[in-house]
Amino acid sequence: MSLLTTASQTVGPYLKIGFSTLVFDALAAKSAKGEHLAIQGRVLDGDGKPVNDGSIEIWQADAQGKYASPEDTQDKAVEPGFRGFGRMLTDADGAFRFTTIKPGRVPGPGGALQAPHLAVVLFMRGSLKHLLTRIYFADDPANAEDPVLKLVPAERRSTLITRTLKPGVLEWNVHMQGPNETVFFDF
Amino acid sequence: MSDVSGYRRPYFKTQPDYLYPPYRSTVKRSPTKPLVMLPHTLTEVTGPVFGRDDVKPGDSDLTNQHDGDPLGERIVVSGRLLDENSKPVANALIEMWQCNSAGRYRHVVDDHDAPLDPNFTGWGRVLTDAQGNYRFMTIKPGAYPWRNHYNAWRPAHLHFSIFGLGLVQRLVTQMYFPGDPLHAYDPMYNSIPDEKARARLISQFDWERTIPDIALAFRFDIVLRGRDETPMDTRRS
Repeated sequence: MSLLTTASQTVGPYLKIGFSTLVFDALAAKSAKGEHLAIQGRVLDGDGKPVNDGSIEIWQADAQGKYASPEDTQDKAVEPGFRGFGRMLTDADGAFRFTTIKPGRVPGPGGALQAPHLAVVLFMRGSLKHLLTRIYFADDPANAEDPVLKLVPAERRSTLITRTLKPGVLEWNVHMQGPNETVFFDF
Repeated sequence: MSDVSGYRRPYFKTQPDYLYPPYRSTVKRSPTKPLVMLPHTLTEVTGPVFGRDDVKPGDSDLTNQHDGDPLGERIVVSGRLLDENSKPVANALIEMWQCNSAGRYRHVVDDHDAPLDPNFTGWGRVLTDAQGNYRFMTIKPGAYPWRNHYNAWRPAHLHFSIFGLGLVQRLVTQMYFPGDPLHAYDPMYNSIPDEKARARLISQFDWERTIPDIALAFRFDIVLRGRDETPMDTRRS
């Protein structure tokens, strides 16, 4: 038996009503193991105008590369209290900011390890279904061997990689269109 | 570690494309470059877990969040959350938001000339039970005009946001009401190419769940993507 998956529809301009009671912009407790970071950026539309009615959701592993999900069957304990889920609403400038820890490496296709990354789910008015992208970390040597980054045309990979503003503070922007259009995945 | 089993890709034309010019806002907010096909890894098949600490039992009753009763027709909206393989999705978080019975959202950018209801916020959430059942008590939302094109009106609808077991099951959709003449004119509803998939967003009048003297009822089952189960080879040579 196979049921038909329910179709996606846009969150519309009033997503704040639905999303604001579950905002997590601090993903890791101070005591959490790992490298603590802040990541900030803006979401811009095809005219470079801020997307001021969007939401960014983050999904990530803990510093040991374990997801706080029963679907992760790796024989590792998850960091106590670490959920790995973040959600921010973009502000009037299309900006968002969150703090977290750099995740560990998790297995990828064929058992090869993936480079540390965050999954990013993006919702906004004008998006009939959500967008999926990833954040990788600048200067991480594992990026060179990441099985997912390898699928991305070389000249577009930089759209998925943070820029270091100062130690512990990283920038990552979303360009919906234009020469620096962010890479989005077909998932 | 062996590869994880991924989820099936959506059937042809059962999901909207990012670019759908009749819905004007898609034009500057949809990717123009090809999407990169993503294999499902541990990142995509895992997802956040929510529990009783996040959701209070009263959160599913949108008619009981203020001192007085909201205006409008009280309705029960319920259904089951399943995956494509008919497996119930238990303990899943469903968030819901909507406008009031006059067609006005409690939101700063909604300037529709219709009254706000001091007794209605238009927000609720619920966790599915072990069989994937959920239930909301609310009021029927109104239709409202929007500025997408001349004389554009949205049919009455509820917004649903659902977290499944894995990231690729995440879904945001809208539930519509049966018999609404505005469906034919609505670009959002019509952005779904497949007619059957489109019609699945229309709830069904649910006589058996009406509450005499209190509320009418509508049923809306939600189906998330299913896992690509390893097929058993039963062919005979």
